[in-house]
Amino acid sequence: MAARKSTAKSNVSAEELLGYYKDMLLIRRFEEKAGQLYGMGLIGGFCHLYIGQEAVVVGLEATAKPDDKRITTYRDHGHMLACGMNPKGVMAELTGREGGLSKGKGGSMHMFSKEKHFYGGHGIVGANVPLGAGLAFSDMYKGNDNVTFTYFGDGAANQGQVYETYNMAMLWTLPVIFVIENNKYAMGTSVQRATKSPSLWERGAAYGIKGEEVDGMDVLAVKAAGEKAVAHCRAGKGPYILEIMTYRYRGHSMSDPAKYRTRDEVQKVRSERDAIEHVRDLLLQGKHATEDDLKEIDKEIKAVVNEAAEFSKESPEPALEELWTDIYA
Amino acid sequence: MATEVLMPALSPTMEEGTLAKWLVKEGDTVSSGDILAEIETDKATMEFEAVDEGVMGKILVEAGTEGVKVNTPIAILVEEGEEVPAEGAKTKSAPAPATLNGEEGKVAAPATAAPAPDAPKPDTSPDWPEGTEMKTQTVREALRDAMAEEMRSMDEVFVMGEEVAEYQGAYKITQGLLDEFGARRVIDTPITEHGFAGIGVGAAFGGLRPIVEFMTFNFAMQAIDQIINSAAKTLYMSGGQMGCPIVFRGPNGAAARVGAQHSQCYAAWYSHIPGLKVAMPYSAADAKGLLKTAIRDPNPVIFLENEILYGRSFEVPDLDDFTVPFGKAKTWRKGSDVTIVSFGIGMTYALEAAEQLAGDGIEAEVIDLRTIRPMDTDAILASVMKTNRLVTVEEGFPQSSVGNYITSVVMEQAFDYLDAPVINLCGKDVPMPYAANLEKLALVTTDEVVEAVRKVTYR
Repeated sequence: MAARKSTAKSNVSAEELLGYYKDMLLIRRFEEKAGQLYGMGLIGGFCHLYIGQEAVVVGLEATAKPDDKRITTYRDHGHMLACGMNPKGVMAELTGREGGLSKGKGGSMHMFSKEKHFYGGHGIVGANVPLGAGLAFSDMYKGNDNVTFTYFGDGAANQGQVYETYNMAMLWTLPVIFVIENNKYAMGTSVQRATKSPSLWERGAAYGIKGEEVDGMDVLAVKAAGEKAVAHCRAGKGPYILEIMTYRYRGHSMSDPAKYRTRDEVQKVRSERDAIEHVRDLLLQGKHATEDDLKEIDKEIKAVVNEAAEFSKESPEPALEELWTDIYA
Repeated sequence: MATEVLMPALSPTMEEGTLAKWLVKEGDTVSSGDILAEIETDKATMEFEAVDEGVMGKILVEAGTEGVKVNTPIAILVEEGEEVPAEGAKTKSAPAPATLNGEEGKVAAPATAAPAPDAPKPDTSPDWPEGTEMKTQTVREALRDAMAEEMRSMDEVFVMGEEVAEYQGAYKITQGLLDEFGARRVIDTPITEHGFAGIGVGAAFGGLRPIVEFMTFNFAMQAIDQIINSAAKTLYMSGGQMGCPIVFRGPNGAAARVGAQHSQCYAAWYSHIPGLKVAMPYSAADAKGLLKTAIRDPNPVIFLENEILYGRSFEVPDLDDFTVPFGKAKTWRKGSDVTIVSFGIGMTYALEAAEQLAGDGIEAEVIDLRTIRPMDTDAILASVMKTNRLVTVEEGFPQSSVGNYITSVVMEQAFDYLDAPVINLCGKDVPMPYAANLEKLALVTTDEVVEAVRKVTYR
């Protein structure tokens, strides 16, 4: 059985570290802007922000090669930015415009990119887990060594189809990494109120799947665990489970008053364990960057996000004919 | 420059709210993420966080104010050392959404009933050239041949399902495929409909062409979320980027004495869904030609077979590559007195009834839809315009049946041609009973078709 908690740290260069900082900051600033646009009524419906969880997807993307696949649930903006999808296209999809990645027909929860091997963006809790295993199946069938990162939350981890998938993924040794982003709350229900299982990754043992718990507020710990999982999958040993302990600072969606936890709880994580602050400290303490360097980065990222926001407002709504397209290929 | 803080929309439906409480006062320094205020929406009290950093310059809306419209400026945030600008001075604030609910978004709804629809032009070309050599085959053999032929020509095609490989198929439809194609392409699954349907859909996203066999479509109820939410909708949700070329196939509808949970017809259910195609063959030739078309189709196809028809023999054209297009009905029998439309096993009763009626001098035109979606409504309309009478026959339940839909199309587009109310014959509106006599009573019968035709022809 794998170690209970990942303690290994990836050896990274200053340049890589700076890259993770930028990637995480982009997600945070993008999400803050999305929240703002939602408040202005420019984004409608459901909008689930990734603020707080940035290290999970950035750490794992650092272990992926370009042809690897990824699929996630509806809290998907961070995953898209981390795999290199255009922030303008993501933001314009949030505002439901022609320039959105799904031409305004998908919305916050449904975006895709063939080019970046991002397979959505799925709104039914748990349903993306067999889909991810199916993507891994397609790679195994074709005989390449790609892996599929299949992200889901602690809430989805209680869905039956997850276990149907574990069973077949191990039976057929599919190259799939099951990434449980445990942010402690399934909407308003804490993990402890949803299961007596002390840990979610250990459930894989029932199917012979290895896994481990990872500190999701430490991008280097995530990367180290990801490297191990990827190596396991690429070697043809079948699936691997990473239960990444993370925290979302915002509500489940925009209309969540978040009465199920205290403000102090959120503040404590923000001030003591924030993943971006952590990397910022590493950069400054290691003298890999100065305060001024980081201010400059902050400015650059704000500019990217503002450009995305402007684009998302200026891009026109989809043409009315679009109602009737893309139903059949 | 000073920034106006606007009243936020905090739920999908919020238009106004109460500014319950300010948690900052003028002169306070705020940074991104600080809670500025508590706002009551129609549903709950929400905390409102700062997005920008700066100094709270002026509070414009006092705590306790009710009915504050979304996007009203509620405070002004200034930079360190900056004065609060005078009223009317230029401040930065994001423009209110202009077109979301505005007049610009309005469009005239297109008229649903065209005043003079084009005359229906059904494709009546033969399915195979005249003089084609024919061979006698069961539906079972035809289905297997269709899969084998497509698997030979495309490596991306594979079959998965319960007992499809080593057992050679619960109903022997996949007989011999494991021997020819091996375990890589003919895959036994555990009893896990929800899971393997999802894996199949994922594999299709990944570029393969899965054929997912359900031992019966009754079991596909476990998987219906993956079929509808994942397979059927993704092309649309992705703006056309990501299609799902997959076939879900297996026996559908009543068999014999298998009770309520194993006897349901899903034609109407799946035909409801934009993004799905639904085929339901009757003959062996159609089973073969439609299944080959289904496997090649870039969209998800529901392929509804029937256990009772599996062993029935028909003439099948002996061609290297025989396919039947979707959306093209087949007229099995020409007639001028009444149109009978059916599909799948319903055709058995339709054709038997037509034979009996011919003996009494009533000539029925019998149309086999072959695909429910797309539906060849032109074939139905052209026939009804000739016979002026219509009876539909299916095994599914009566409410929201396929026949109901056909009736609405005929009413909208050929109302003036009808000389009698349309009759939709369906299974009875009851769960399938086990007792032999009751089961017989629950299913549509040839006698009922004869009776319905007499009713609409007043003979």
